[in-house]
Amino acid sequence: MNILEVENLSVRYGAVEAVRGLSLRVAEGEAITLIGPNGAGKSSTLKGILGLVQASGTVHYLGETLSRRTPEMLAAVGLVMVPEKRELFASMAVEDNLLLGAFPRFQRRERGIREDLEWVYSLFPRLLERRRQLAGTMSGGEQQMLAIGRALMARPKLLLLDEPSLGLAPLIVQEIFRILGELKARGVTILLVEQNARMALKLADRGYVLEAGELVMEGRGSELLYDPRVIESYLGIRTREAAGG
Amino acid sequence: MDWAIFSFLAADALQNGTIYALLALSLVLVFAVTRVILVPLGEFLVYAPLTYVWFLPPEVSGLNLRGQIPGTAWLAAAMLAGWAFLERKSLRRAGLLALGSLGVLGLAWWGAQGVPLWLGWFLAVLVVLPIGPASYRLFFEPAKNASVLTYLIIAVGLHFAFMGLGLVFFGPEQFRLPAVWSGQTQVGLVPINNQAFLVYGFAFLSALGLYLFFSRSIYGKALRACAVNRYGARLSGISPSQAGYVSFSIATLIACVSGMLLAPLISPAYFQGFLLGLKGFVAGILGGLVSYPLAALGALLVGAMESWAAFQASAYKDAIVFALLLPILFWRSLRSQELGEEE
Repeated sequence: MNILEVENLSVRYGAVEAVRGLSLRVAEGEAITLIGPNGAGKSSTLKGILGLVQASGTVHYLGETLSRRTPEMLAAVGLVMVPEKRELFASMAVEDNLLLGAFPRFQRRERGIREDLEWVYSLFPRLLERRRQLAGTMSGGEQQMLAIGRALMARPKLLLLDEPSLGLAPLIVQEIFRILGELKARGVTILLVEQNARMALKLADRGYVLEAGELVMEGRGSELLYDPRVIESYLGIRTREAAGG
Repeated sequence: MDWAIFSFLAADALQNGTIYALLALSLVLVFAVTRVILVPLGEFLVYAPLTYVWFLPPEVSGLNLRGQIPGTAWLAAAMLAGWAFLERKSLRRAGLLALGSLGVLGLAWWGAQGVPLWLGWFLAVLVVLPIGPASYRLFFEPAKNASVLTYLIIAVGLHFAFMGLGLVFFGPEQFRLPAVWSGQTQVGLVPINNQAFLVYGFAFLSALGLYLFFSRSIYGKALRACAVNRYGARLSGISPSQAGYVSFSIATLIACVSGMLLAPLISPAYFQGFLLGLKGFVAGILGGLVSYPLAALGALLVGAMESWAAFQASAYKDAIVFALLLPILFWRSLRSQELGEEE
């Protein structure tokens, strides 16, 4: 069953069309990646799906059409995004950040929130060590883990990740991707937007390649990884990126 | 200045400072969550006791109001009806709001028929309370994502409207209200009105209550989250507009109860809310409208300054208090440069 179906999505900022007629689908349990260069419209696509920016086209989630959508409404039904800048509650404790990720579940008086907290702590032991610390005082990598942990506390049916590797040291990036692999193995459905195409394609079942707001390629992750055009456009620059970062 | 005068001034400073602190806490709460500087908070403060006057039996109030429903009830009912209209797409919510609108009129009618003093006291608070969150829905929520300045302009407009309506509803005169706890207690040299102790008690309970709410309850933490990072809160499923209703409701409740407790000490009139609110604002500014402890400290400072000025140069009392803004803003601007961009 498809968890998410996006048809003909377009996002405009004034005169600039950031995304043009994009369609994609995510089936249950899949890990999907959306790759492309800077400014290709990857983040705009996620924002359009979440209703954070004006977008035309249709979005079906769990078989229902989402016409008027807001991120707070979607988080409550399990469509949760880990944003590019993490957007943590910097002056609040790590544990409070995690608990707030489950806010809609508290509102519904759901059970199992404490158990999920234990689970997130087992995925990220660093967060357990720092549970009383203020979120803003942690390192970039730890903050990224917290942002992912907070999203997991919502028990997402579909987890959107916007460039989780951005600005992190290579070792931390590997750690983050190891965790994403673990989440995938546990059956969490993932839609990952990344510039780090190699790691993203290794993780993903399927991938979409976005260029200047349009889809130019799609296929299985392993196929795209060895596709000459992808290698030339995205993977060739990886050595330079790694040296720079 | 001898010891006796100092004690009197200190008692006066503490009483006024406590009220300013309550207002400052409310202003900080509303600003942190919604970016609205709630200028009409002072109007809410005087609306409640003035409404209470209409619920008093004639032998207590000395007025013959012949069971009139106070204007605030009509205002609250009209605003709730407007809110219901805006929510017309959700029949259940619109119905509840319409019921609430009728309920307010019902309560006011009941109060006006002559009820025991204590019941009238609670009815007055209940009648005025909906005006706060309804103001948010009707005037601030439609201007979503507006700048702080736009919100401020709306808030100032609302303040003038509510003050004018206060004059229409209650007339220009001051009213004497019965104390909840009458009499005085001698503390050292100074006789203190027992009613003032109720103000202190309420201030203490509100501060404690807010502290527990923000540190223990997930709903309180969600409000803080909205204040710290609005976008992050939305992504976590916390609705900023719901947080707005909650913060407006808490602020209005604190203002109404403060007004009810303060009223017997000041004999309220429609115009008094603004100065009280403005002094609460000066106090809140000390904490940059984000820090609760600094706001409370600022409130005591404003109270102290005011009573000292009232003694030394009473004609300039308010001018001296508002002149406090200058050093405070100067200090804040130096500090915020050190911190850099806060957004």
